Amino acid sequence: MNITLRVWRQKGRDDKGRMVTYKVEDVSPDMSFLEMLDVLNEKLTLEDEDPVAFDHDCREGICGACGVVIDGVAHGPETTTTCQLHMRSFSDGDVITVEPWRAKAFPVVKDLVVDRSAFDRIIQAGGYISAPTGTAPDAHAMPVPKTDADRAFDAATCIGCGACVAACPNASGMLFTAAKVTHLGMLPQGQPEREARVVNMLNQHDEEDFGGCTNIGECAAVCPKGIPLDTISQLNRDLLGSLASGKAE
Amino acid sequence: MALKSAMAVTGGILVLFLIAHMYGNLNVFAGQEAFDSYSHHLRELGEPMLPHGGFLWIMRVVLLVSIIVHAYAAAVLAIRANRARPVRYQARKRVQRSYASYTMRWGGVLIALFAIFHILHLTTNHIHPGGAFDSPYERLVAGFQPEFFYVTLFYILSVIAVGFHLRHGIWSALTTLGANKASRERPLNIIATVLALVITIGFLLTPLSVTFGLVE
Amino acid sequence: MTELFIEGDPIRDEKAPEGPIEERWDKRRFSAKLVNPANRRKLSVIIVGTGLAGASAAATLGEAGYQVTSFCYQDSPRRAHSIAAQGGINAAKNYRNDGDSIYRLFYDTVKGGDFRSRESNVYRLSQVSVEIIDQCVAQGVPFAREYGGLLDNRSFGGVQVSRTFYARGQTGQQLLIGAYQALERQVAAGTVQMHTRHEMLELIVVDGKARGIVARDMVTGEIQTHFADAVVLATGGYGNVFYLSTNAMGCNVTASWRAHRKGALFANPCYTQIHPTCIPVSGDYQSKLTLMSESLRNDGRIWVPKKGDDKRDPREIPEEDRDYYLERLYPAFGNLVPRDIASRAAKNVCDEGRGVGPGGLGVYLDFADAIKRMGRPAVEAKYGNLFDMYQRITGENPYEVPMRIYPAVHYTMGGLWVDYDLQSSIPGLFVTGEANFSDHGANRLGASALMQGLADGYFVLPNTINDYLADGPFEKLDEDTPEAKEAAEAVRARIDTLLSIKGDRTVDSFHKELGQIMWDYCGMERNEEGLRKAIDRIRELRDEFWRNVKVLGENDELNQALEKAGRVADFFELAELMCIDALHRRESCGGHFRAESQTEDGEALRHDDEFAYVAAWEFTETGEQPVLHKEPLEYEYVEMKQRSYK
Repeated sequence: MNITLRVWRQKGRDDKGRMVTYKVEDVSPDMSFLEMLDVLNEKLTLEDEDPVAFDHDCREGICGACGVVIDGVAHGPETTTTCQLHMRSFSDGDVITVEPWRAKAFPVVKDLVVDRSAFDRIIQAGGYISAPTGTAPDAHAMPVPKTDADRAFDAATCIGCGACVAACPNASGMLFTAAKVTHLGMLPQGQPEREARVVNMLNQHDEEDFGGCTNIGECAAVCPKGIPLDTISQLNRDLLGSLASGKAE
Repeated sequence: MALKSAMAVTGGILVLFLIAHMYGNLNVFAGQEAFDSYSHHLRELGEPMLPHGGFLWIMRVVLLVSIIVHAYAAAVLAIRANRARPVRYQARKRVQRSYASYTMRWGGVLIALFAIFHILHLTTNHIHPGGAFDSPYERLVAGFQPEFFYVTLFYILSVIAVGFHLRHGIWSALTTLGANKASRERPLNIIATVLALVITIGFLLTPLSVTFGLVE
Repeated sequence: MTELFIEGDPIRDEKAPEGPIEERWDKRRFSAKLVNPANRRKLSVIIVGTGLAGASAAATLGEAGYQVTSFCYQDSPRRAHSIAAQGGINAAKNYRNDGDSIYRLFYDTVKGGDFRSRESNVYRLSQVSVEIIDQCVAQGVPFAREYGGLLDNRSFGGVQVSRTFYARGQTGQQLLIGAYQALERQVAAGTVQMHTRHEMLELIVVDGKARGIVARDMVTGEIQTHFADAVVLATGGYGNVFYLSTNAMGCNVTASWRAHRKGALFANPCYTQIHPTCIPVSGDYQSKLTLMSESLRNDGRIWVPKKGDDKRDPREIPEEDRDYYLERLYPAFGNLVPRDIASRAAKNVCDEGRGVGPGGLGVYLDFADAIKRMGRPAVEAKYGNLFDMYQRITGENPYEVPMRIYPAVHYTMGGLWVDYDLQSSIPGLFVTGEANFSDHGANRLGASALMQGLADGYFVLPNTINDYLADGPFEKLDEDTPEAKEAAEAVRARIDTLLSIKGDRTVDSFHKELGQIMWDYCGMERNEEGLRKAIDRIRELRDEFWRNVKVLGENDELNQALEKAGRVADFFELAELMCIDALHRRESCGGHFRAESQTEDGEALRHDDEFAYVAAWEFTETGEQPVLHKEPLEYEYVEMKQRSYK
């Protein structure tokens, strides 16, 4: 099939950027979306045009590196990562608009590549359990109810791709933050730092210029790992508890 | 973060007020006497502990503060959201978001304007399409006569806007206050929808009944 | 064959203590010098790579108080390819009371490695495995649990005990996130300085010691020199030399290869593990292969049509026209034969022209019988997520049509040679995880990669590197140090060359062709003729690459083609060494199968008298003969046996 792409091109951080239209021919429905971009880049290179930069690595939906907004939806029409989206989800003759994640907290580095280091800094602010190597008790010393372990796991599957921010009308990073707060807060090992964690992570979140959450739910709807929206409520609960207890800070 | 909790709490106060207000409105179906005495009694509530009209003034102050806090927080959050995405998407598609969530901000502004008009119309009676009256019942009946269909229409539109605002607002407030869990997501949404519907219909009944002559 | 390499002096691992095997690790920890906590902040360590082995080492050394500088090419340390490991992590906890022990894990690993690994190293790995689980649980890794709240275990890869801990099918992800969080905690504490989107392009060796690296900032193109008292490479495996593999697109050998060129020996490069249950190639645009858990072979039946070129819908091929070849050839183990046997058998039937799917490179993995026997809901409960993944990628519904699978390169056992301390042949250069060669011998057991990465990073390296650092801090260096200047200049010159060739073939087209050569001649089955042909073709292609590659753009920008070009250039050199290693090892062992060395039944045949050694290669010059150093392997505890799955 033949596809027309409208792709955001931006040379660097300070460039204004613009949409450029390309044609890609002989696209196989079994190609992944990124393989289609590979084909475009091979063609552009042979025509002496700068290939389109995009982030990607594992191409099996787990590393979280890839991610573009396709026709206005983060990761495109299927609820999966961009690398796991296949061209069979499109039809011959389609015009597809491809844009980078757009958020002040995720500045564009080049073309479709954005800087998501804000997420790392949110983790640095408290998204961990302090357990220096060698200090751990036996793994069976503290049983964890299966339901808690499962819920922690559901939240822990976040791949940090940033689709939640890209999809949020407020460009909020709340689902990402809430997923980590929920993952660690559901486990007994995470309790000692629970109160401080939520406050510190949220302060960092706000400092990174993410927008506020207004519970619209677009984040969870596009999340390739299905991080549940109720993690945000869990975060809010923890926050109120933390503020009420006065233990944070 | 405090902003969101403030919005949720003040929103909650306003919802409670709306329910009480709606109950008051529905007294219209019990006739002029009941309606007028209801509004009269509002002023006597709490006497003799409170002076005449004291309760009402406490209410007014609480409501005014709530509205100001609510609007202020909304404005700050809206400005922050705007700043958080300096470059807009060229293609935009909603995935699951409701129309209600989409209209929160401008809907809120509309509701605020409506509230001002509404107070000037039926509380202070500075605006009196059908003539000024001392009896609240008469103000009401005069104001929604068919010949002032534009007033009625404005009321209807505004009340529907309130309904949408509540549909997302109630859900959002509950979530912000930490009430949501996966198993409760549906019930909470249903509560928000039902409350929004009840309040919308409750408020529409009174002016429509006047316009269509059911209450004279 | 001697025209291809030179044989040098044998080498030995000087660091492993003698004595009873269970006491060696304690002995080494005791004999290793310590560094006073107050002195640690004066000592610096560079760690390249943030996968399990790198992130865990960076976090642990940071906690200990060293000044750590960490590098990764991804935009965040959390994306390293350890994240994609599915199955689980082994540990000799014996929580199941099923007869497991440190000794049994050691025994299984030595045997699984086909007697080409060191007993001392493997024993230590088994000992440490127990602590890894404790550590990860304390960090909040959400391992699967039972209703009683205790950890669940499963048996993995045909092992008879249940020692594999897992977190659904995302164990690697959860372990990596645990290590990543520990790393970020140290970044916040100021003990680790993190450089993302930085690629190491050269090692700086001063006075015979590894003292720093040259790295390129992938966003600005800036060529930077970084110095430290020791350098750790945790840069993963080299499976991408095959172009198509289950590795991430960015996985590369550059850091290891640059160190190799500076004197670090490269051991056993020909040992590659091929995984039998991957989703087959669907077209020439294919960029990577996706693995599906081996557990599918527990209930699925593998077959191909009896006659070649059978274009019928598989559901319409009657039983009598099907060849369930694994069940036919290996009646005892059937579809559960080890990875390499299953892989080779698939290749053989495809070579006979009986392969299925596009290009004829695939075999059926059929669940029709399982669905009949267990019912669809049971199959769904057990394999639902794998079936969904298959359907997402292929667009076919495996509940109705048999899946198609084909082997793919998955893991490389070879890597930089290290001693018991994980120190390479360059003093001050340490190598951890898949990047080193040490623990898996010629073949790695399932669920042991995660174990080794974390063992190295959390427990082994932080205890052995002290011994080296205790002699530091070493002389202060800066970018004007001649060796650093020279290294940075070399990097700039190479980049300039790549950008100035302006030929007419893209980097990917070269990489694909190289991968095809490697897959055809140095893949599942190797023979002398093929390997010689491969070496010639690699050399030709490498020459063409340096004459005709087309890399657009500049250095001072994000330039993904330039990044790839540098990596492919190093893959060319590695590919040649792999073929030489494969050619010189005239035996079959583990992941290395030489057609000339097989039993009458077509089984791998080892030659312990001749080849019970580690082949550690020394670099001389591109295209010149490398020097082979043999490290003899001795087995005091596990008796060498030829395996049999008949």
